[in-house]
Amino acid sequence: MVAVKNLPVREALRKALMEEMERDERVFVMGQEVGQWQGTHRVTQGFLDKFGEKRVRDTPISEMAIAGAAVGAAMAGLRPVAEIMTINFAFLAFDALINHAAKIHYMFNGQFRVPLVVRAASGWGNQATATHSHTPEPIFAHFTGLYVGCPSNAADAYGMLKASIRDENPVLFTESIALYPKPGPVPDDVDYLVPIGKGDIKREGKHVTLVAYARGVEWCLTAAKELAKEGIECEVVDVRWLRPLDTALVFESFKKTNRAVIVEESLPLYSFGSEIAAQLQEHCFDYMDAPIKRVSALDVPVPYSHDLELMCFPNAEKVIAAVKEIV
Amino acid sequence: MAVKTQKAQQAPPVSPELQREMYWYMLLSRRLDERTWMLHRQGKIAFHISAIGHEAAQVGAAFAFNRGVDYAYPYYRDLAMCLVIGMTPLDFMLGVYGKEGEPSSGARQMPSHWSNKKLNIVSQSASVATQVPHAAGSAFAIKYRQKVGLQDPNDPTQPRLAIVCLGEGSTSQGEWHEGMNWAGVHQLPFICIVQNNHYAISVPFDQQSAVPNVADRAAAYGVKGVVVDGNDVLAMYHVTREAVERAYNGEGPTLIEAKTYRPVPHSSDDDDRSYRSREEVEEWKRKDPILRFQKVLTEAGLLTQADIDEMEARAKRIVDEAQKRAEETPYPPGHAALGDVYAPLES
Ligand SMILES: Cc1ncc(C[n+]2csc(CCOP(=O)(O)OP(=O)(O)O)c2C)c(N)n1
Ligand SMILES: [Mg+2]
Repeated sequence: MVAVKNLPVREALRKALMEEMERDERVFVMGQEVGQWQGTHRVTQGFLDKFGEKRVRDTPISEMAIAGAAVGAAMAGLRPVAEIMTINFAFLAFDALINHAAKIHYMFNGQFRVPLVVRAASGWGNQATATHSHTPEPIFAHFTGLYVGCPSNAADAYGMLKASIRDENPVLFTESIALYPKPGPVPDDVDYLVPIGKGDIKREGKHVTLVAYARGVEWCLTAAKELAKEGIECEVVDVRWLRPLDTALVFESFKKTNRAVIVEESLPLYSFGSEIAAQLQEHCFDYMDAPIKRVSALDVPVPYSHDLELMCFPNAEKVIAAVKEIV
Repeated sequence: MAVKTQKAQQAPPVSPELQREMYWYMLLSRRLDERTWMLHRQGKIAFHISAIGHEAAQVGAAFAFNRGVDYAYPYYRDLAMCLVIGMTPLDFMLGVYGKEGEPSSGARQMPSHWSNKKLNIVSQSASVATQVPHAAGSAFAIKYRQKVGLQDPNDPTQPRLAIVCLGEGSTSQGEWHEGMNWAGVHQLPFICIVQNNHYAISVPFDQQSAVPNVADRAAAYGVKGVVVDGNDVLAMYHVTREAVERAYNGEGPTLIEAKTYRPVPHSSDDDDRSYRSREEVEEWKRKDPILRFQKVLTEAGLLTQADIDEMEARAKRIVDEAQKRAEETPYPPGHAALGDVYAPLES
């Protein structure tokens, strides 16, 4: 039995990153405010002291150069872990991530590898408004060649980040801002890896499958607990990675429950929800007992006012309401 | 196209009335700003990003162009500039509280993300430097309209230039380079004001740039570059005035780098003690632009203690009133989150 430690997600990430840097000299971190400032979200707290400027690089404010330089460093044999302060600013790095990181291995017939990780905090909730409040993970997952990991708890954050750093391919790794302080048990094992593309059943149930990732999992678990009081048993499937997507796990659960609600923090059109729903009808049509429901963000840019902001996003109540429509 | 540092003495005199007005706006901005920090500490508002220390750079620049007519792209630190252009303390307070009727965005955007069609203050994103290509585009539109005869180049009721502000750290961004290059290639009526307060959150300027001045880079774009003491409101006014004349006369774009300092944290979200010494901050506090201008005006006999007392009392009244009215205003109703994603057809 591996011992466990109770750690907040932030600490789990920090531990994973630190251990990987200790393990492999090629791994280094760079980004805005990762050094002197100890990381915007404190994931790199203490890194500058421990590893020095050589391996902990504060960069200019230029996301395109952060991502682009990470691509170049990776092709030259390093394992960059680049931090984009928040995922909103990754839009400025889109070309480097999508046209270069994701495609180079294929385009040049496997000659160059791009083993990099771009970490980006994702989310909303601080009244940071439309251009600061994004959960665009599915947009990145749209492009093949990039892996996209979105952990929902501390153990996954730990094992997924390690797997990402050790992989030979580029990974966009998103960290929900709201989850950073959430504690959870983390295996005390430096080689604990959550394989890329492997989902997880976070709660078993037989009446309805709730499919989610990252913060959506929390809403699903809360909803499942409430619904259990009324005798509705929800199975919560956390896909963990948007690409590769563990559809086998989703199908398996759906074949048992015959009903599904998909929960996503992002916008409803061309979304995670659309994708799962499409695949379920395509592959599990004979098992379907009710329309597939989606709980998504409202289709508007995020407003400032606190109550309006809250109104725009899913929560456990909205998940409960969706389940009740189909059970 | 060498960088030059402008000396205030060479410049034409500024009327006493205008100097006192400049002082007034610097003071009003400061008091409003200090109150907003207090409201944040009291937990009444979610966020504040401050103009403290930057008032001279902003006020000097704002008085130099055709305010409310020329296109202005102020950045998040430009409270004092926006007050001069015509936004009111109440407008600002409605913004920090996120209350109904807030003029920049109807309480949709964060505070200090200015937008006001009536004043030709153009909207900006939270991604730094992205306003620079927009400003170049607006300047391009001006030149275009003038060329095709849609606009008389000498008509002061029409926008004749675009002026854009940002911090020195943000000039590392590709968008800044691309916007500057655009303005240079087309020799646009464009002014970029870089408020160099030496830090981008915690990152000092020498980690953003291998050259000591942002304005050193202007030459590479075919843009005139000027470094100015950003804590000297009159120097700031004069260099901006000159840039404005150049723009109005079709002589091309100017980059003005105003050296200044932010004696407060980057925003209400951080603590600046982890990256700079208290001695450094104290030293800059002694160079405070308001105290400095107060001394100049007092010594020139343009401002008496009675004037100062009257202005302080007036600023307090205005700030009190703005706060009170913002607090009394309701939050926007739920449906306010939903509309306006697309513009309606023109009627
Ligand atoms: C594209 C982008 N990346 C990162 C940020 C986060 N951020 C906000 S302000 C800031 C520092 C800007 O510093 P500077 O340009 O010097 O302006 P100052 O705040 O010092 O006036 C950073 C990194 C952002 N808003 N946009
Ligand atoms: Mg700065």
